Amino acid sequence: MLILTCPYCGLAADETELSPGGEAHLKRFGPGSSDDEFTGYLFHRGNPRSVHFERWRHANGCGKWFLAARCTVTLEVFGTYPAQTTEPPAAILDAIRAKRPDWEGRA
Amino acid sequence: MSTRLARGGRRIDRSKRVEFTFNGKRLTGYQGDTLASALLANDQMLVGRSFKYHRPRGVVASGPEEPNALVALGDGARMEPNQRVTTTELFDGLSARSQNHWPSLEFDIGGLNNHVARFLPAGFYYKTFIHPRPFWKHVFEPVIRQSAGLGPAPKDRDPDTYEQVYAFADLVVIGGGVAGLHAARVAGAAGLRVLVLEQTAHWGGRSPVDGGTIDGQPVQDWIDATLQVLEGMENVTLRTRCMAAGIYDHGYMIGYERLTDHAPAPGMPRHRLWKIRAAQVLSATGAIERGLSFPGNDLPGVMLAGALRDYVVEYGVSAGDRTVVVTNNDDGYRTALALKEAGLVVPAVLDARPEATGALPEAARAQGIRVETGRAIVKVMGGKRVTGIGVGLQAGEGSILEEIACDAVAMSGGWSPVVHFWSHTGGKLVWDEAQALFRPDPARAPVGADGLPNQAVGGAANGALTLGAVMTDSHNAISEVLRRLGKSVSDPAPAGDAPAEAPLHPVWVMPQGAGSKLKSKMWLDYQNDVKVSDVQLAAREGYESVEHTKRYTTLGMATDQGKLSNINGLAVLSDALGAPIPQVGTTTFRPPFTPISMGAIAGEARGDIFQPLRRTPMHAWHEAHGAYFEPVGHWRRPYCYPQGGESHAQAVHREVTATRTSLGLLDASTLGKIVVKGPDAGRFLDMLYTNMMSTLPVGRCRYGLMCSENGFLMDDGVVARIDEDTWLCHTTTGGADRVHAHMEDWLQCEWWDWKVYTANLTEHYAQVAIVGPNARKLLEKLGGMDVSKEALGFMDWADGTLAGIPARVFRISFSGELSYEVAVPASRGLEFWEACHAAGADFGATAYGTEALHVMRAEKGFIMIGDETDGTVIPQDLGLGWAISKKKADYLGKRAQERVHMTDPTRWQLVGLETLDPNERLPDGAYAKASGTNANGQGNTQGRVTSSYMSPTLGRAIAMGLVLNGPSRMGEVLEFPTVDGRVLSARIVDPVFYDKAGEKQNV
Repeated sequence: MLILTCPYCGLAADETELSPGGEAHLKRFGPGSSDDEFTGYLFHRGNPRSVHFERWRHANGCGKWFLAARCTVTLEVFGTYPAQTTEPPAAILDAIRAKRPDWEGRA
Repeated sequence: MSTRLARGGRRIDRSKRVEFTFNGKRLTGYQGDTLASALLANDQMLVGRSFKYHRPRGVVASGPEEPNALVALGDGARMEPNQRVTTTELFDGLSARSQNHWPSLEFDIGGLNNHVARFLPAGFYYKTFIHPRPFWKHVFEPVIRQSAGLGPAPKDRDPDTYEQVYAFADLVVIGGGVAGLHAARVAGAAGLRVLVLEQTAHWGGRSPVDGGTIDGQPVQDWIDATLQVLEGMENVTLRTRCMAAGIYDHGYMIGYERLTDHAPAPGMPRHRLWKIRAAQVLSATGAIERGLSFPGNDLPGVMLAGALRDYVVEYGVSAGDRTVVVTNNDDGYRTALALKEAGLVVPAVLDARPEATGALPEAARAQGIRVETGRAIVKVMGGKRVTGIGVGLQAGEGSILEEIACDAVAMSGGWSPVVHFWSHTGGKLVWDEAQALFRPDPARAPVGADGLPNQAVGGAANGALTLGAVMTDSHNAISEVLRRLGKSVSDPAPAGDAPAEAPLHPVWVMPQGAGSKLKSKMWLDYQNDVKVSDVQLAAREGYESVEHTKRYTTLGMATDQGKLSNINGLAVLSDALGAPIPQVGTTTFRPPFTPISMGAIAGEARGDIFQPLRRTPMHAWHEAHGAYFEPVGHWRRPYCYPQGGESHAQAVHREVTATRTSLGLLDASTLGKIVVKGPDAGRFLDMLYTNMMSTLPVGRCRYGLMCSENGFLMDDGVVARIDEDTWLCHTTTGGADRVHAHMEDWLQCEWWDWKVYTANLTEHYAQVAIVGPNARKLLEKLGGMDVSKEALGFMDWADGTLAGIPARVFRISFSGELSYEVAVPASRGLEFWEACHAAGADFGATAYGTEALHVMRAEKGFIMIGDETDGTVIPQDLGLGWAISKKKADYLGKRAQERVHMTDPTRWQLVGLETLDPNERLPDGAYAKASGTNANGQGNTQGRVTSSYMSPTLGRAIAMGLVLNGPSRMGEVLEFPTVDGRVLSARIVDPVFYDKAGEKQNV
């Protein structure tokens, strides 16, 4: 059972307090987009065997959505940050690169 | 025969006799016995039958690795199958029965399988039951089901109670042997919060049996002294009978404590499940002895050497008078010495190694025990137990050089570290060639949330098999853990002293040159009857992966999960594949370490407190008035209110008729009520609903549809505009929490710059639907506000006071009748509800339930989320195009609804269905037949029933359904086959069955 720190209320929350929301930083495509763009947005998800950026909600806590950078293999957590961003913060990326020099970046 | 010796037995108290039964036979043992030692003391060597061939099975081990001796423990509702006798402590009145035999343990018909074993090879099920196809359903499956499974499942509700606790620790030490105790003492002295879990009732592990000294003290003295120190440390918690079951993500652990299994105490919890967060975990879990694969090694009387020694030393029980020891290592000699010291006969030690010159073999020779090197067991004589063995050359093919009469065989194939917990969270193993064992690879340790190692392993679990090595290794391991936690170690490593041991010689098949006939008698997995020949067959048939071989042969898939058989099996596989053992690897170790009770997993969450129940403010009234409840989400809603012996159908009929002809009252409090407020609230709701909500005037209501981003209808409800920047969104009962979360998701993660605030007020208000031709009269009688057609038209709402209670009145209808939904503060809900009934008595006010609600909405052709929708239905399928804005540039689901499949004209469309026989109701979910068959040879379909009821209003069966080109096929008749083999005919009609013009609600 994972522990993630909610960046809003600062609590280290057990997974039972959280609900998962899939891949983070998706760009929404609406009316006017091509079929490829739309199906890519709606269905195609990264499934890296390394660092994954994902959405979590502190559902049984403060109710806020936040994002986490987590290794899908070792479950190492490189950081959590507010959901109101389109890109991972530089500090998170630096933390990943410091520990994983050969990380190829977000797929 | 096996028997109780006149003396010895460290664990037992000979002054306290304990009575128990086995297969109804009354037997006695002593306080401190396990069921295994007590059975052996009563010469009950035969305790069960194997799974596949029903071969006789006896006790083989003395701990949790026991694969054979599984019994059904207890009687009636307390009966529990597949309990290992080796981990069951004896108590007065214990009742055990053997399993997997018919008609009796001694004489078993299923044992016939044994004689056709040649025809039941590995993968037998996969190969045999394919053709002819109908035979699977009618012959093979029933027969297999009859013979599958070991013990029977209990049939009654478990009368015992269970509990769960949470614990947090800097360090959890798994295993209370000498390695674990030392680690705990060092960590405790360093001030850490330590939790020590020991699965047995005793501290110290098997060291006291094996002997030696620690820091010059006999092992047991050292254990006693160390325990005394630990018990004085407030920061150290010691638990016996508490098994670590598994380690999970980020240091989460499960412990399984058996509180009263050893001494049943009514009123006390039986098991306690520990939910533990550990910063660090140290496995001091020891090692499990391996058997040797010689022909006939599964006969009762063939046991692990260490186990035989345990029974003699711990319980004063001998498995036989004459025990031959067969070994490939020095440790096996300890058993020969222990037996000799107990006054028993050891006719020979057969050592597979070319020579044996270590301290232990020399000690055996000095005791006059005959030691033969380079020797193997090539045959075991006996039926239901050993009567003798044939000796041959380990290097040979199996010729018998000599026969030795004996009634027990002690076998030792070396020891395998218990690496389970290291492996649970991804720690990797390394093959130790010199000791022929897998041990944890410190370079590839499991890691915690910070990416740093959070586990260590010390002692025999780490491959340190002699006492000296165990203590040094334990010290190194705890030193490393303390370093990780920023503490330092002051104590020196304790010095363990025991005789030096020469290296073992890996022996995977005995004798080495055995042919196929002998190999088909060499058991690897005793419980599932997997033999050396099966694994070799799997390899020949192309199974190269150890995981595939496991599933094909069922090696290691029994309740013991291969604790005895895995290493021997994969060594045989590796030999057959010509690949080195580390390359073949192990199967995955998964929690739990040994099976844990379902009761412990459930804990207190059973019966009435299995899940929280949501009750409306009027719940007690419903109960008092005979409501039959149905679950809707976590709510309980009245389905109907049967009166005076009515059936449910009769009650629903009465409720519908009363409502349509006069006045019905529905507790609608469970409907979701979400306030959406802010300068951007209108814009936000325009994105959320398919229709336009921003243009809704203050004081008005509008029915809205909500779709997911992939276009499918997810919820519906009436939205009311409260003021310039406030809307109140009603949702379905089950959808309130989900819709609120959906709103928050989009607000927080996509449109976070929009100024909108949402609040779920569902439980703040009680809501009552007042429905029927006399609805207005009732409100007028309650008094306090103008509810006339002019003041409060259809789809208007107004705030006011009714019967002195602050009320918000929505003039909306889900029944087609004149109808008001009145929301009052939850605290006054019951008062208002009772006021409605009191004032409505003149009109025959009738409480109605969810089924009447459903019937009335269906009579009107209104859809119900979850009936007409199933996650694949879009509003356009339901004739709800009128509720989809054509003007809006965007809403959630709009782009998806433009996809090719969504605009396909052959999507099934909503229609009404009338059975030709009006008394015949279509079954929910029934399919309409079409001509031809699909690629699987199944009949084609052209529609299905989504809702179906008997309509009291129309006096006939009505249904709604989705049908291919339905709206353009009015009047056509479709055929619906039923599960009982009939075919019902129904005509396609308009889905609005009642008051098509909508005049009744608009008065």
